Amino acid sequence: MSERNQRADRMLVVDRGRHEVTERERSLWRSIYAQGWIRKTFVLLVLALTWELYARYLNNALQFPTFLDTLAALWRSLLSGEIPIAAAYTIPILLTGYVAGLALAGALTAFASATRIGADLLETLTAMFNPLPSIALLPLALLWFGLGEGAVIFVLIHAVLWAVALNTFAGFKSLSPTLRMVGQNYGLSRPAYLFRILIPGAFPSILTGLKIGWAFAWRTLIAAELVFGAQGGSGGLGWFIYERKNQLLIADVFAGLLTVIVFGLFVENVIFKLIERRTIERWGMSS
Amino acid sequence: MLAVNPAAATAFEPLISVRDVTLQYRSETRITTAVYRVAFDMLEADRFVLLGPSGCGKSSLLKAIGGFIEPAEGEILLEGRAIAGPGPDRAFVFQEFDQLLPWKTVLGNVVFALTAGRALDRKAAEERARHYIDKVGLSGFADNFPHMLSGGMKQRVAIARAMATEPRVLLMDEPFAALDALTRDRMQAELLRLCEEFRFSVIFVTHSIPEAIRIGTRILLLTPHPGQARAELDCSGIDAPDASGRLLSERINALLFERAPAAGAERV
Repeated sequence: MSERNQRADRMLVVDRGRHEVTERERSLWRSIYAQGWIRKTFVLLVLALTWELYARYLNNALQFPTFLDTLAALWRSLLSGEIPIAAAYTIPILLTGYVAGLALAGALTAFASATRIGADLLETLTAMFNPLPSIALLPLALLWFGLGEGAVIFVLIHAVLWAVALNTFAGFKSLSPTLRMVGQNYGLSRPAYLFRILIPGAFPSILTGLKIGWAFAWRTLIAAELVFGAQGGSGGLGWFIYERKNQLLIADVFAGLLTVIVFGLFVENVIFKLIERRTIERWGMSS
Repeated sequence: MLAVNPAAATAFEPLISVRDVTLQYRSETRITTAVYRVAFDMLEADRFVLLGPSGCGKSSLLKAIGGFIEPAEGEILLEGRAIAGPGPDRAFVFQEFDQLLPWKTVLGNVVFALTAGRALDRKAAEERARHYIDKVGLSGFADNFPHMLSGGMKQRVAIARAMATEPRVLLMDEPFAALDALTRDRMQAELLRLCEEFRFSVIFVTHSIPEAIRIGTRILLLTPHPGQARAELDCSGIDAPDASGRLLSERINALLFERAPAAGAERV
């Protein structure tokens, strides 16, 4: 046997009280850099500066107005009420189409999760219609519903329905077998099982579907309004953009585009972020 | 809670009776037999252990008792009545940590089990839920969401949830298999303490011989491919030697892994 020095046991006292530690101070620069919004603001400023410099170098306001001109045009259109009026026309239509799309997606997915033929129906329909850009349906929609909100809402529903239904159903299907058995074990009725197990369990996928559906709807609506502009209909944000281009007010066109971007960012980063924080992040379900 | 059932009038009427049950899984191309003609009776307050290596169909058998799988042959009786589908009279505890609803707090998870199927009002449910959460030592965590808990704590919540429904029998499918050895040891002790206190009837699935001996009052040994009952042994909770001096664990090992069982093996 090899020789081994015996050493005494060590008995230590474990502190059962509060374990307060003074945090090591970070340098000012690093604590600023740690803030996501400061980094992103910095990126935005650099982009704006590049835009401004390039536009000045180009010196052609008809093709590429400067950043400051665009801001001025935006400010003017906001004050004159043109952009707010256009937005007030666009947003209710958007919400109507979105909500109607969600309702139909909900009904279709509920049917699909209840019966096998329903699942086949959903899978076949989404396979057919999901790849079809909604705007391609606008000519048909105009034929069926005439020049007006009806046609746009029809196209919006198409934009929302398939993305939401597809993601929701995928979420239902990927729910863990254990959770399914837990739901069955406690004797839930079918609707209770849907609302208390399937929907919350699939919520991460459902939320993804809601976001994709929202992005599709927003894009489709602006595009539809541009076509309407071409057909001489009345105006939302897309129409505002189209009309200003015809009047060669290019800074205004940029201002309209900026509004579309800002609104999209707001919904993504404020509204959906808030829902996410209250639900899947709180539940530890975000991947 | 105890429904008086004419069939359960005598003390030795089994609580659960599994009668020549065969379980099969069908895929498009073939049929796999997971369990072949297994029969046993389980009495009130038994801690009945299904023990066997993986592939012996012990989990499938437990799921069949839970009502999640329909037997291809034979029947399963609960207090003399054939079971039809899952129900809250047989509360399940799974191995997986994701058996807790992640969108509900610890308290919410237990209350959910109490209010889901029946008309226990919210206040009474909450009171009872807190009582059982206290019993598993998690009072301080009642308002936490599952993802903030350790594995052992999650399993304790699952046990509290199953106990709170005050079922006729607790079905536990390797509930401690995913835990580290130290935590598993403590959880076994806690489960025994709870069983002593509440006199629960438990069916417990495991592949660990020491765990089976520690938890069980009866141990059913299953051999794999397909799962068949090899022996049913009485157990006092310790690895005691029999008349010939062989330890219980040695006998179990021999029964499970000896290739050709000697003639008269039934008398082990």
